[in-house]
Amino acid sequence: MNLKPETLALIEKTVPQYPEKRSAVMPLLHHVQKERGYISNEAIEWIAEKLDMQPINVLSVVTFFPYFRQEDQKIGKVHVRVCRTLSCALMGAYKVGDELEKKLGCKMGHSKEDGSVTLEYAECLASCGSGPVVLVNDDLYENLKAAELDGLVDEIETRVSKEDKK
Amino acid sequence: MAAQENRILLKNVDQPGYTVDIDCYTKHGGYETLKKALAMKPDEIRLEVKASGLRGRGGAGFPCGVKWHDLVDRKSGNPIYLICNCDESEPGTFKDRQLVHKDPHQLIEGMIISAYANDVSLAFLYIREEMPRGAQILEEAIEEARQKGFVGNNIAGSDFSCEIVVHRGGGAYICGEETGLIESLEGKRAYPRIKPPFFPAAKGLYMCPTIVNNVETLCNVVHIIGMGSAAYSKIGRPNNTGTRIWCVSGLVQKPGYYEIESMTMKELLYDICGGPLPGRKFKAVVPGGGSMKILDVNETYKDREGKEFSFDEIMVDYDGIAAAGSMSGSSGMMVMDDSVDIPEALGNLMAFYAHESCGQCTPCREGSLWT
Repeated sequence: MNLKPETLALIEKTVPQYPEKRSAVMPLLHHVQKERGYISNEAIEWIAEKLDMQPINVLSVVTFFPYFRQEDQKIGKVHVRVCRTLSCALMGAYKVGDELEKKLGCKMGHSKEDGSVTLEYAECLASCGSGPVVLVNDDLYENLKAAELDGLVDEIETRVSKEDKK
Repeated sequence: MAAQENRILLKNVDQPGYTVDIDCYTKHGGYETLKKALAMKPDEIRLEVKASGLRGRGGAGFPCGVKWHDLVDRKSGNPIYLICNCDESEPGTFKDRQLVHKDPHQLIEGMIISAYANDVSLAFLYIREEMPRGAQILEEAIEEARQKGFVGNNIAGSDFSCEIVVHRGGGAYICGEETGLIESLEGKRAYPRIKPPFFPAAKGLYMCPTIVNNVETLCNVVHIIGMGSAAYSKIGRPNNTGTRIWCVSGLVQKPGYYEIESMTMKELLYDICGGPLPGRKFKAVVPGGGSMKILDVNETYKDREGKEFSFDEIMVDYDGIAAAGSMSGSSGMMVMDDSVDIPEALGNLMAFYAHESCGQCTPCREGSLWT
């Protein structure tokens, strides 16, 4: 497992924070997924060895939490999550979702073939008073209107080109 | 006079010039209450919190002081852990987001006071995956607090030491349930534990006594110790003391988060939130987050003594909403008007629960998919 030195440093800092090594499994999965975009079988075995766990017990955490992705569920460079739960739905979240599908040329629940964007509906993102909301990687966009999404689409495209340059 | 907010926890939030850095917090009196607390005995603080009547703001409304003072197993000899539950995921709820994103040091001060009161030297802050910026803000704030001596060894020059570890979730709603959260923190699938033991306060993380409190609950501790339980318990009404942050969303003029004492539904929805959208009428309200029973605005409600009251007269607090047959839960109020098809709206919430079922128990795992 050839992780970047900064990821390894984070991992070395994380493990001793917990009284029992196994508790570090979620933060380690976060660190690895942040670098690689998904959790490979190699990563599962590497984390298991690091934390004195059986690989099956790491895998069972990966499959439980929707955020952790295996190779066949790899997310695009820009992850767009549209909240679809009640308060956002009442304010027009599904219209925003439909419009983003068209404007981004990406099917809801899928990634674009070039791996640039993943578009998904998400369950309640806990910002119900400013719905509909969309989470783009780490940033939340609020009070969106289906008819006024050009700014958000530009932002997503800018992020894609920034990621391409990395 | 029209009903008004009483901002105590949100006093500084959204004020011009107020920022999340520690200097701004200390300039506004921050960490002074921690110094006051460190001069008290831990059990004095526990008794203050008990006397304040503070009830848990996460959902069940359990008296915080009873959890701290009466349920924690202090004889086991095992370490006691504190966990701040910031896995805010109940549909309609967005109060913890404000407290974390806009005033993180208030939460850290509340956690350290609570840790001191309960002889805790390691506290965890479990934050949901979908709040990556919140996790970042908290980590930076904890680092700032460590630099200033409010987290880590010998806090504020005392012999009390405590660490806070931010632990990010993985996008599972069930981690808001405290035993599911604990399993997840132990590095396992977040299946809620079979009871008994009934309370994590007796056997929780690593089977050690563990206090799990909501973000808003822990922030309240700062103000209880700051003003004293006698003053705090005069806010609100008996058994519903203090303020609560209500999250109002959906089809209403002014959706938002409002910190209020007990008031009627009419006062909250009209005086504070401006009433329905033009030309519409309110139809139904989910009062306390997605899993709470929906209330019909045209129904006449009856309390246990048989006294009848209208929807507008429901008191917006723990006991008031319980008297109407629902629960105040995590204080997430979703408002629907006459343009909404109620079965469709409830279908939306059922889809949430079908998606978020942890899969441990058959009736939920299979049944939630039937709708």
